[in-house]
Amino acid sequence: MKHLLGMEGLSPRDITILLDRADTMVDVSRQVEKRRSTLFGRTLINLFFENSTRTQSSFEIAGKRLGMDVVNMAVQTSSVKKGETLLDTAQTLNAMRPDLLVVRHSAAGAAALLSQKLGCGVINAGDGAHEHPTQALLDALTIRRSKGTLEGLTVAICGDIAHSRVARSNIHLLNAMGARVRLIAPSTLLPSRVDELGATVFRRMEDGLPGCDVVMMLRLQTERMAGAFVPSAREYYRYFGLDSARVRLANRDAIIMHPGPMNRGVEIASDIADGVQSVIVEQVEMGVAVRMAVMEALMGVGEEA
Amino acid sequence: MTATKGKPGQQLYRNARIMDPATGLDMHGDLLVQNGRIVRTGKDLPPPKKDGTTIDCQGHVLTPGLVDSRVFIGEPGGEHRETIKTAGKAAAAGGVTTMVMMPDTSPVVDDVSLLEFVRKTAKSKSKVRILPAAAITRGLMGQEMTEFGLLRDAGAVAFTDGHKMVSDAQVMRRALTYAGDFDALIMGPHRDASLGRGVMNAGLNATRMGLSGIPREAEIIPLERDMRLVAMTKGRFHASSLSTSDSVDVIARAKDKGLDVSAGVALANLTLNETDIGDYRTFFRVSPPLRDEKDRLAMVEGIKNGTLDIICSNHDPQEEDTKRLPFAEAADGAVGLETLLAAALRLYHGADVPLMRVLECLTVAPARRLGLKCGRLEKGARADLILLDPDYPWVLDDNELHSRSRNTPFQNARFSGRVLKTIVLGRTVFELKERH
Repeated sequence: MKHLLGMEGLSPRDITILLDRADTMVDVSRQVEKRRSTLFGRTLINLFFENSTRTQSSFEIAGKRLGMDVVNMAVQTSSVKKGETLLDTAQTLNAMRPDLLVVRHSAAGAAALLSQKLGCGVINAGDGAHEHPTQALLDALTIRRSKGTLEGLTVAICGDIAHSRVARSNIHLLNAMGARVRLIAPSTLLPSRVDELGATVFRRMEDGLPGCDVVMMLRLQTERMAGAFVPSAREYYRYFGLDSARVRLANRDAIIMHPGPMNRGVEIASDIADGVQSVIVEQVEMGVAVRMAVMEALMGVGEEA
Repeated sequence: MTATKGKPGQQLYRNARIMDPATGLDMHGDLLVQNGRIVRTGKDLPPPKKDGTTIDCQGHVLTPGLVDSRVFIGEPGGEHRETIKTAGKAAAAGGVTTMVMMPDTSPVVDDVSLLEFVRKTAKSKSKVRILPAAAITRGLMGQEMTEFGLLRDAGAVAFTDGHKMVSDAQVMRRALTYAGDFDALIMGPHRDASLGRGVMNAGLNATRMGLSGIPREAEIIPLERDMRLVAMTKGRFHASSLSTSDSVDVIARAKDKGLDVSAGVALANLTLNETDIGDYRTFFRVSPPLRDEKDRLAMVEGIKNGTLDIICSNHDPQEEDTKRLPFAEAADGAVGLETLLAAALRLYHGADVPLMRVLECLTVAPARRLGLKCGRLEKGARADLILLDPDYPWVLDDNELHSRSRNTPFQNARFSGRVLKTIVLGRTVFELKERH
């Protein structure tokens, strides 16, 4: 594996190896001395065309814990804003000889395009509404550490499926690992024929939540609640927000997840986000571990020569 | 050079398989040309008069040059993508002897002076005939009608807003009505501006790839609207480039009602489908979008059974600046002049469409619809001809394209059938160099 562009096409074995490796990274991060020097002297470039402080920091910390030199490219102020195309940027970066590139871009396929033009490994940190594979891996790690396995679990993904790369990556991963996927959303936020990706579709939380082991909430972008896809935030919360009454519909030991950043009071009630069933903070911790695991795997650390 | 005068003297094309889709003639024989015009066809014609030449066709197909009803050229305003000269070279290499140029240039071809500029440039720079279509509305803005009468008198063969559809039903109604007074043909694509805002065919593939979809209804709804407007106004209308099976049904019903409508399909929609996009390959981003295989087969069936009349290249050169981008940000369009015939022959080789029918959709059908006296082998017609080997095996190398842009979806594609020679008014404007 040279790049991690998406979960689609990854085998259960690939995924299990990454998750096992990530488990050991959790231990590294919990030590006082949080260093492994497996990738000492290698260069990681963080290239974020969309703002995301938390994801960018997560990749930065992961890279530094492995001993890498991490450079954050501030795209908002760079020549990309002056009309340079993505491939021009790629050429420039290539000349700097990085070993790994982490890229987030608003266009689906952007990471794949860069991977074709660059000599280094590429990690997709989100490309449009396509995929966000490290998010799916960190979600899987969180679930596995809580439930022991992914196989046979029922997982509901709720909210803006249409615009969500997190949803797509999770659908692929969960199907590969033998979980049952449910999608719960208003029809305007469900893309065409999404059930054929491997999911059962529900239009009401009351129908989709019973029997769930995991409830994954998605962020609803503010510009999408102003009439274009749903009429208002309050109507959305009324029918699709996760409150304590709805949480009770799921299994008693169900865990509640959210990729962040949350809109409290829009897709999730505050007391649920901070409640005992919530693993939202743990997800963030798993993010660093998963990204360390992916970086080592792409750089070939631990492989037999 | 000028493309209006025929080559002086006589040329005898002998030992050819002569195919004339206008009459269904398919015979082994000879064809005589004099001063750029067809004189006669027959068996064992006598040798040409003195100074004349005899060309041995070695049994290959001699048929009218192709008439391409939908070609975008960059000149004026986008010469880095394509000029009239390079388009002419590409057309000659593809066997296209007459092409209709879309008015989507900068400035837009929406008045007589621009139209005359295009005609003059075409005459001096292109070896094949380029006929301008003028805009329906000024600046392609969809609001005010252009001067149909003056433009038609100046040589506009049809009216279209090119890439754009006239969204305002009242404007479209008036255009169809007013064009009727001049017997002018209105043409256009069908893609609703709001419903069709996506970047590829709506469906499972778009969902999987995280791309916004263009539903089939974005084409069907405005097409149905236009059929109603044609019935209401008794106008003449050509649907330039359709892509869905329902669109074929809409056209069939309109023809049953006796409306003066015709329909075309771009080569991409006859030979490719949405799965060809693969890993976000922008050269497969075209408009109308590549649909699924069922729709593609319906388009082929439409050509076969005559519901669809015309095959066009929808030639739309795009360069690095518009194609070397992520799929969602790239421009629509593919070059097609040079692959028009070879790719269309896939219908003959692979889909049981008779060779004569394929040629008809590329020659006499568009010529007739545009009111042009070409695309047929009758006495006195322009000697615009191609010599074709319908089984010639070759692989497309984009480095060999004559077009200034290389955005072909057929890079490294295998074809059977190639133009060996292209003749305009008796002059050979392209001859395939044999490679060894």
